Amino acid sequence: MQVNDSKNFEPVIAAFCCNWCSYAGADLSGTNRLSYPTNVKIIRVPCSCRVNPMFILRAFQRGADGVIICGCHPGDCHYTSGNYFTRRRITLLYSMLDFLGIERNRTRLEWVSAAEGAKFASVMEQFTEDVRKLGPNRRLEDLRCRKK
Amino acid sequence: MNRIGVFVCHCGTNIASTVDVKAVAEALSHERGVVISQDYQYMCSESGQNLVKNAIKEHNLTGVVICSCSPRMHENTFRKACSEAGLNPYLVEIANIREQCSWIHKDITTATEKAVILGRTAIAKVTLNTPLTSMESPVVKRALVIGGGIAGIQSALDIAEAGFEVDIVEKEPTIGGKMAQIDKTFPTLDCAACILTPKMVEASQNENINIYSFSEVSDVKGFVGNFTVKIKRKARYVDETKCTGCGLCTEKCPMKKVPNEFNAGLDNRTAIYIPFAQAVPKIATIDPNYCMMLKNGKCGVCSKVCTAGAVDYKQKDEFIEKKYGAIVVATGYNPISPEKFDEYAYSQCPDVVTSLELERLMNAAGPNGGTLLRPSDKKHPEKIVFIQCVGSRCDDDRGKPYCSKICCMYTAKHAMLIREKYPDTEVYVFYIDVRTPGKNFDEFYRRAVEQYNVHYIKGMVGKVTPKANGKIEVQGSDMLADEQLRIDADLVVLAMAIEPDKSARPLATMLTTQMDTNDFFTEAHPKLRPVESATAGIFLSGVCQGPKDIPETVAQASAAAAKAIGLLCKNSITCNPCVAHSDELMCNGCSACEKVCPYGAITYENKEFRMPDRTVAVRRVASVNPAVCQGCGACTVACPSGAMDLNGFSNSQIMAEVDAICK
Amino acid sequence: MQEKMKQRAKELLADGTVNRVMGWKKGEFGYDTTPAVFRSAEEIDKYFVCDDFTNSNLSKLLVKESKKDGVILAFLKPCDTYSFNQLLKEHRIDREKVYIIGIPGGPKLDAEIIKSKGITGITGVKNVNYTLVIDTIYGEEKMPFYEAVSVKCKSCKSKKHVIYDELIGDDGDILESDRFDEVEKLENMTSRERFDFWQRELSKCIRCNACKNVCPACTCEKCVFDNPKSGIENKAVSDSFEEKLFHIIRAFHVAGRCTDCGECSRVCPQNIPLHLLNRKFIKDINSLYGEYQAGADLDTKNPLTDYSTDDCEPSIVHERGVE
Repeated sequence: MQVNDSKNFEPVIAAFCCNWCSYAGADLSGTNRLSYPTNVKIIRVPCSCRVNPMFILRAFQRGADGVIICGCHPGDCHYTSGNYFTRRRITLLYSMLDFLGIERNRTRLEWVSAAEGAKFASVMEQFTEDVRKLGPNRRLEDLRCRKK
Repeated sequence: MNRIGVFVCHCGTNIASTVDVKAVAEALSHERGVVISQDYQYMCSESGQNLVKNAIKEHNLTGVVICSCSPRMHENTFRKACSEAGLNPYLVEIANIREQCSWIHKDITTATEKAVILGRTAIAKVTLNTPLTSMESPVVKRALVIGGGIAGIQSALDIAEAGFEVDIVEKEPTIGGKMAQIDKTFPTLDCAACILTPKMVEASQNENINIYSFSEVSDVKGFVGNFTVKIKRKARYVDETKCTGCGLCTEKCPMKKVPNEFNAGLDNRTAIYIPFAQAVPKIATIDPNYCMMLKNGKCGVCSKVCTAGAVDYKQKDEFIEKKYGAIVVATGYNPISPEKFDEYAYSQCPDVVTSLELERLMNAAGPNGGTLLRPSDKKHPEKIVFIQCVGSRCDDDRGKPYCSKICCMYTAKHAMLIREKYPDTEVYVFYIDVRTPGKNFDEFYRRAVEQYNVHYIKGMVGKVTPKANGKIEVQGSDMLADEQLRIDADLVVLAMAIEPDKSARPLATMLTTQMDTNDFFTEAHPKLRPVESATAGIFLSGVCQGPKDIPETVAQASAAAAKAIGLLCKNSITCNPCVAHSDELMCNGCSACEKVCPYGAITYENKEFRMPDRTVAVRRVASVNPAVCQGCGACTVACPSGAMDLNGFSNSQIMAEVDAICK
Repeated sequence: MQEKMKQRAKELLADGTVNRVMGWKKGEFGYDTTPAVFRSAEEIDKYFVCDDFTNSNLSKLLVKESKKDGVILAFLKPCDTYSFNQLLKEHRIDREKVYIIGIPGGPKLDAEIIKSKGITGITGVKNVNYTLVIDTIYGEEKMPFYEAVSVKCKSCKSKKHVIYDELIGDDGDILESDRFDEVEKLENMTSRERFDFWQRELSKCIRCNACKNVCPACTCEKCVFDNPKSGIENKAVSDSFEEKLFHIIRAFHVAGRCTDCGECSRVCPQNIPLHLLNRKFIKDINSLYGEYQAGADLDTKNPLTDYSTDDCEPSIVHERGVE
C-alpha cells in the first residue's frame, strides 16, 4: 500500500462551481491566463445549493483528496437565497467530517464572484497546496475498517 | 445504446498550443460509447458546426461532447447546431478545455492529461443526458397593479396605453396615494394636485383600466403569465354603481367628529365621507367605526338624503377572483410614527408636527384653507424649526438604518415656501448633512439658503420642550460654530423617516417575492434588473422597492410597466427545461423542498396510488411548476428521499462526473 | 399504570372513539417487548404490556397506521411525542386518525445491559424498590435498577408531552440534560483520536439496517439506500462507498429532523453509539443557528431549510478546537 509519498503525490481535487459566479470566475482566470494547478477539475452546477453532501462524500470515496465548493458571495446568489442554504448545509457537513476525524483542510467552501478570476486562481493554488501537504486521502476511504 | 461523438477544437492555437488535441481525440475515442472522435481547427465556425451536424446524421449519434471553450461562450451555438441536425439540444455537453485548461497551464503533458479527464467527464455526463423540451406557458393578457398612488397610476396608464387591460387595487376609498396629500412638489414648486388629479381622472376614464378602490389583494396563486388573484372588495356600505358623488350625505351626516386621515388628522370629517374633492372614484364610503347606524342602528340620515338610493347598510365584503399575466407592486410608503421619539415632544405639544402634517397645514384644501397657522392657537408661527433625519439613518430600533432620501428636498421646499409667503418668519433647519443629488436639486437648496435666508444649522437637536408661554424651546448644537443653541420656536416640524406600507410584507408572502430586512421589496438584480422582482412576472414600482421622490417613482413606474408590457406582448413564455421534478413514487410530501424554493414553484396535492397489495393509498406528493422553477436545485438537496431531481444536472449525472474526475 | 392504560384503552374501543390500540406486547423472554396493534378487549387483556422494558418509540409506526381506516389509540412517552410532532410537521401522520394518550416516560431498562453483566437465561425481571430481581433459569440474580437503565434514558431531555389528547399520570418538565457531554468529549480529542474512535466503532457495522428501520425520521417512502437511481444504493456489507458513508449520509438526512430519541443506538446489535452522530448535528445547530428541538412544536422552521444572512462561514470548523 502506498504511504504518504509527498514527493510524487499529486492530489485529485474536485471543485464544484456555481454556473453564475465561480464558474465564470474560473473562466475569467483562464481569460487572464492566471494559472492554477492542473489537479483541480471543475464540475459545473447551477448553484452551490445543488451540491448534495452525497456528491462530496462520493468524491472522497472515489479517490478525491480534497473537495472545494465555490458559490456566489452571500447576498449575490443568482437564485437569491441558494448559497445561504449551501452555507448551512456545508458548515454542518464539514463539521461532521471533522468530528469523524477527517482532516479539516480537505474540505473548503469559498465565495468567488464572476469578477474574481485572480481570487479563483489563488484559492485553488492554496487549496491544492494544503491538500498536497496532507497527502493522500486515506481516512475517509478507511472509515469503515479495511481490517489490517 | 449510446453513440457519442466527441469533437475537439483547436481554437486556432488557443487550445492546440498547450493541449495535444490529436492525442485528446485519440484518447477519448476509446471511451465507452464513443463512436467518433475528431479534432478540428475552429469547431464553432460554420464548417466546424457542419462537421458535427454531418457526424450526427452519419453515425446516428445519441450524444455530443464538444471539447472547446467555456460553455458560457458557445453552449448555445452547439445546442442549436445539434438541434438543426435532429439531435435534441440538451444531449450536448461541453468540456471546457480552453479557459479551464489550455489557457492556464503551460506544460503540454499535464494539460493534455487534464483535457482528457475533462473530456471523459463530459462523456460520462452526456451518457446520462435525457432529451429535454422547453415547455410553453400561455400568457393572460391582463395586468394587476397593486396600489393606486402615483406609481400605480403611472404603471397602469402605461400598460393601458399599450393596449392591455389593467386592474388597479387600492386599499383606500380613492386612488392618489401620498402625492394627493402633498401641497407643492420640488424643485419646481408646482402644485401636486394640479399634476396628479388629471392623471387620476385619466386612469378612471381609460377604458382599459379598471379601478378596485377600497379593496385588497387577499390571495395570489399561479405564476408568471398566469396568476390567479383573489381581491377583497371591502364593504363601503355605498353602492358604487348608484352613488353620484354629490356629497349631500357627507353634509348631512350628524357624526362629524371623525379624525380626517386625508388632512393627517388635523381636522375632522363625517362618518360617511369622500376623502377629498377630486377623489377617484368619487364615491362616498361609510366608516363603520363611527357610523351610528352601523354601530347601533340609530340614525340612517345618509340613506334618507341620498336621492340615488346608494346607501346600503347591509353591504358585505365581497371577493372576486381574476387572472393576470403580470403583477406590478406599487404599495408605497408611510412616514413612521413620531411617538417613539420622546425628545421631540410630539405627543405633548400640538405645535410639533410632522412634515406631512405641515403639507396639509399649508395646503389650500387643508384645515386652515392654506394659511399657515399653529394647530394649538391658530396663530401665525414666527419662528419655525425643522428637524431632519428623525428616524432616518438611525442606529437604534426606534428608526430606520437607511436614508429616506426625500426629506432634505421637501424641507428645503417647505422652508422656501414659508419664507416666500411669510417673509417675516424665521426658519431654522437642523441637519446631519444635506443630500441633494438630482437634477436642479442642489440649486434648489442653495436658493433656499442664499435667496430665502433659511438658517441651515449642521447639528442635532437634543431636546424639544413646550413652554408655558406657548413657545417651544429647541435645544440643539451647531457643530460648525461649535456652540449650543436654544431657539424659542412657535412650530417644530419633524422630517420623519418613511417606511414601506404595512401591507407590503403579507403581500410579499402571497407573491413569493423577497424583501429586505426593512420590508422593501428586493429587486432581481440591484443594478441590472432594478424594476423586476426575483419572482418572474412580478414588477416593482415606486417606494415599495426603496425610498424615492416623485420623478424617480414615475420613471420606475414606467419602467416596470415597460417590463410588464414586454411580458404581456408574448402569447406564451418558453420555459427553461432544466428544472426540478419530483418522482411522486418516492416523495414523502414532507414539504422540505417547498421551504427552500425561492420561487414558490412547488405545490402539494393528494394523489391516489395503487399499492402492491392492490389497495389504493392517498399520499401527499410534491409537484413542481416548470414555468416557475428556475432550476437552482436547492430542493434536490433538501429532499431526504431523493425524490426531487434536477433536469440537466441530475444526481446521477453529477455523480458520474465526480466518478470520472476521481478515477 | 399498565392497568389504567388497559382500562382506558378498552373504554375507548368500546365507545368507538378508536378501532385499534397501539401499545406493546411481551415477547418470548419477558424483557423483549415489541410494539403491537390490538383490536379487541380480549387481545388487550391477554397481551398488552407497559413495563420497564417498553422502550420502543411508537411514533414511526403511526405513519402507516394513520393511513388506515378508523382512529388508532397510541400510548406515547414524552420522548415519543417529539417524534410524533416532527412527523406531523412533515405531513407524514394524519392527526385526525390518532388518539394520543400521553404516558409517563422512563427510565426504561435495557436487557442488553443486564446480559452484559453475565446474567443469562433470564425468565423475568422485577423492580423491587429500585433493585432488580432477575429470575433466570440458573436462579435469582440482583442488580441495582439504575445500572440497567437504557443509554437513551440516562440523558433524558424532557419529561414533557408536546402533544396529546389526554394524559395518564402527570406531565413533566423539559430537563437540563447532559446529553452533549459525550459529543464534547470527542470534540476535545485530536483528529487522529476521533478518527480511530469512529473507525473502530463503524467497523463493527454489519449493515443490518436496524438503526434505519427503527428511526422515526427515516420514514421515506423509498430510502435512497434502496433506490438504484440514487447512485448510492446498497444493502449488503461491502467495502464500497455506500457502506462506509452510510451512517454519515443517514445522519445528514435526519439532521434538523432528529428529535434525539436515541432509538438508533438502542437497537444497534453491535452497540455502535450512532446517536452521537445525530447529537453532533444537534449540538452544532444549537450553537451555530440557535437552540432548536425538532418536534417541540409545529411551527419553528427546520434550521436546514432556513437561513440567516449573517450565518457563520464553514471556516468556523477550521477555527475551533483541536485539529
